[in-house]
Amino acid sequence: MSNLKETRSRITTVSSTQQITKAMKLVSATKLRKAQMAITQMRPYAEKLQSILGNLSGSIEDASLAKYFEEREVNKVLLVVMTSDRGLCGAFNSNIVKRVKHLLNTKYAHLPKENVTLLFNGKKGGDLLAKLGYPAIMDNREIFQHLEADNVFAFAQSLLDRFTEREFDRVELVYNQFKNAATQIITNEQFLPVDIQAYATEDSSANNDYIFEPSKVEILEELVPRSLKTQVYKALLDSFASEHGARMVAMDKATENAGDLMKALRLAYNQARQAAITTELSEIVGGAAALNG
Amino acid sequence: MMLEIITPDKVLYNGEVNAVQLPGSKGSFEVLNNHAAIISSLDKGKVRVKDAEGTHFIEISGGIVEVINNKIIVLT
Repeated sequence: MSNLKETRSRITTVSSTQQITKAMKLVSATKLRKAQMAITQMRPYAEKLQSILGNLSGSIEDASLAKYFEEREVNKVLLVVMTSDRGLCGAFNSNIVKRVKHLLNTKYAHLPKENVTLLFNGKKGGDLLAKLGYPAIMDNREIFQHLEADNVFAFAQSLLDRFTEREFDRVELVYNQFKNAATQIITNEQFLPVDIQAYATEDSSANNDYIFEPSKVEILEELVPRSLKTQVYKALLDSFASEHGARMVAMDKATENAGDLMKALRLAYNQARQAAITTELSEIVGGAAALNG
Repeated sequence: MMLEIITPDKVLYNGEVNAVQLPGSKGSFEVLNNHAAIISSLDKGKVRVKDAEGTHFIEISGGIVEVINNKIIVLT
């Protein structure tokens, strides 16, 4: 009998867990849609920026942008680690942690610990990686709660400043790139110094007779930092969308598993119940037979 | 002519306009129909938009404008 009761209470537990996972899946689906909309919203902006840059790239070497392109000897490195604020999203965070550890143990293994700083976007990263003993910057952990262009641009500006003031010789972003809801690509890309090749594409300004005001150079000086900030914004949006994609998939799987578990438990419960009834019946029959006999 | 004012997270204006006054970093300037192609950087300030409904002001925090073939795109 105790087995019956136990099974019943387990069924209740599993079904309430399933309700939670189902709700979380729906919430993530909505947030994913929002995040995807933000990405689509940003795309025309980024494309336009890129096309104007393309018009100007011929003059890029003349502008006083060397501070962003300057390749220094790499002594101090900043890793910007983008994770989620909450767990329950499959391997989303652990993949990032793995990638960061891999980078620390290979690419930057030759640097002393105090020269590699980790900057966290999202709370989980700090929780999971702080214990490694690298210096950490925690100020921007909550950026995902206000993922708006203004905030992100201010944050990106702080990255640019830290690089130009020589606090760091290299800034690298580690994040999940959004491919589709079920697929994230773990990416680490060098943010600063900027690879000048990426900007110095063919100069297409010959096609259009633009007037440049105040001058090509000054426009570039406005444009390049802007495009860099957009790059950070894109990475953050990608990470945010990936998080919700990952959580949606994880919760969908969990709901499914809970369903399977419930099926098995119900079967066990019904079998146990039937067995109990059979025993009871045979006891009654046996008892009656004993009385009559 | 068409005017689009876009930020990374939203579209501030998108539509047909008669005249646009922009806070260029070398001084304010106005774009009318058939303006020559121009790319200019912008300072923080107000964009004055004259369209069929009247005049609006839109606040921007610096940026870039591109005018070509009667299409004005402001990135802010």
